[in-house]
Amino acid sequence: MTRAEKGQPAVTRAKKGQPAVTRAEKGQPAMAESAMITSTWADGALAPRPGVAPTLSMLRAQTRTELTLLLRNGEQVLLSLVLPIGLLIILSTLTFVEVPVDGVSRIDFFTPGVIALAVMSTAFTGQAIATGFERQYGVLKRLGATPLPRAVLLGAKTLSVLTVELLQLLLLGAVAYSLGWHPAGTVPVVLLVLAVGTATFSGLGLLLGGTLRGLTCLAVANLLWLVLFVLGGVISSLDSFGPAEAVLRFLPTAALSDGLRATLVDASFPGAELLILAVWAALGLGAASRLFRWE
Amino acid sequence: MSALEVTDLVKRYGSKTAVDGLSFTAQPGRVLALLGPNGAGKTSTIEVCEGFRKADGGSVRVLGQHPGDQSLRARVGVMPQSGGTYPGLRAGEVLRLFASFSKHPLPPAELLVRLGLGDVERTAVRRLSGGQAQRLSLALAVVGRPELVFLDEPTAGLDPQARLATWDLVASLRRDGVTVLLTTHLMDEAERLADDVVVVDAGRVVASGTVQELTRGSALGQLRFTARAGLDTDQLLLALPEGCTAKESPAGDYLVEGVIDPQLLASVTAWCAGHGVMAQDLRVERRTLEDVFFELTGRGLR
Repeated sequence: MTRAEKGQPAVTRAKKGQPAVTRAEKGQPAMAESAMITSTWADGALAPRPGVAPTLSMLRAQTRTELTLLLRNGEQVLLSLVLPIGLLIILSTLTFVEVPVDGVSRIDFFTPGVIALAVMSTAFTGQAIATGFERQYGVLKRLGATPLPRAVLLGAKTLSVLTVELLQLLLLGAVAYSLGWHPAGTVPVVLLVLAVGTATFSGLGLLLGGTLRGLTCLAVANLLWLVLFVLGGVISSLDSFGPAEAVLRFLPTAALSDGLRATLVDASFPGAELLILAVWAALGLGAASRLFRWE
Repeated sequence: MSALEVTDLVKRYGSKTAVDGLSFTAQPGRVLALLGPNGAGKTSTIEVCEGFRKADGGSVRVLGQHPGDQSLRARVGVMPQSGGTYPGLRAGEVLRLFASFSKHPLPPAELLVRLGLGDVERTAVRRLSGGQAQRLSLALAVVGRPELVFLDEPTAGLDPQARLATWDLVASLRRDGVTVLLTTHLMDEAERLADDVVVVDAGRVVASGTVQELTRGSALGQLRFTARAGLDTDQLLLALPEGCTAKESPAGDYLVEGVIDPQLLASVTAWCAGHGVMAQDLRVERRTLEDVFFELTGRGLR
């Protein structure tokens, strides 16, 4: 600045009538002025005022976001709601699938398996795919730079999964009742099995979503869904797989559907199934917490 | 205390060294621009400061803390170069979500309107144009009223109006006492917005200072004029103070470099007059940041 200021009068005086000189020199202060960008924001409107919102309101906002995303995703709604309900109706009214257990009505036999499928769809497949894409889009990375704690983010994901599961249970329950479902067992045991099953599938879903890229994750999650659906004893008894049954019953889907069937059909406590699920839950959640990558 | 202190920062990806012993300091309430060509290490540097990447050497202090410290999350706003928002949410929903993480957020509606996003409030993020997504990302960085904001190429891909709205916001943040660290490869952007400029090339600082310091280094002024071809520039030099250079290139165009003050100007014109030469188009040129930049980083494409 100083040199330009000092220089300017001298130049104009020394070379009067030399427009090139005057323009060049005068242009400098003018440019410096134009560099000042006028503000249209009120004074102090942007003054720093950092602060973290209360945890509960963050949890509420994030849960609402997770649910909005989930329910806005057509495939997800198809997978979580339309498909299980359609399957329940088809299995209980059409007779091409044999009920493998004598003395149990079609709807009583199939409802627990379909509930297990619905839980797997939401907690595992849906969560894995959503998380995989959130990582790919850099959403999780960016959320990591906001005041939202990771625990609250995971809490919100869990709450949204539980909310959707509640919706699934209500709809499937209503449809099943209208088709003559007579569940046995007690509510606490059913809820316990569902809770452990949800923890299992959430852990596996987060493990997949937290390690694979979006499209890969989508493919693997859908493939596993299909494999677990077919081999997991959802619509058939594992007995029909012959000797493989001994191995297949350890699959998480099999454990969940067997467990639900044990309590909802036979009113027995599914201790072995709960143990299998608990081991899967520990493995899944443990691996997820070690291997999960936020970006 | 400085808002940001980067000391001897090293960042490697495999065998490639992206940041190679970088040091600079950002003072509170000022705008600092990391200026450099693509691949200079700007984004790596800013991502270490944001806590997204681990440094391989050196140290970084953000508001006196380790980068990525939980306590910084409310105090620091981050605008990454791309991405970072739910494609399935609407623009207004994303901004309100981020606002809900802060205790005293800026009003999301006003922020949207001022950044020219009022009309796309209900548009899904995935349907926003590149420029709109960029401005939404800027809004997300400032909505929590942070003390320090990191903006990685905030105006990349913006049309002139959107660029002006962004500059307006940055200038207003500065006026209200927010520290801003931005990266850019646009010289005029650094020149207009920044108080301090750190020129980065190949992972190192090649120059730093205020825009004035960088562009008006008095030893580096230029005086140009045209006259008849073939003047004896050696003779001319004898009439000028020590440390000046004079050359003719192309024929009839003369360039004198040195401390350009009234005295020098008078000496040149006097020498011309003494030799019966009519000097025309006499002009003193200030170096732009662009000149400095090319001088320091070279003109070759990389």
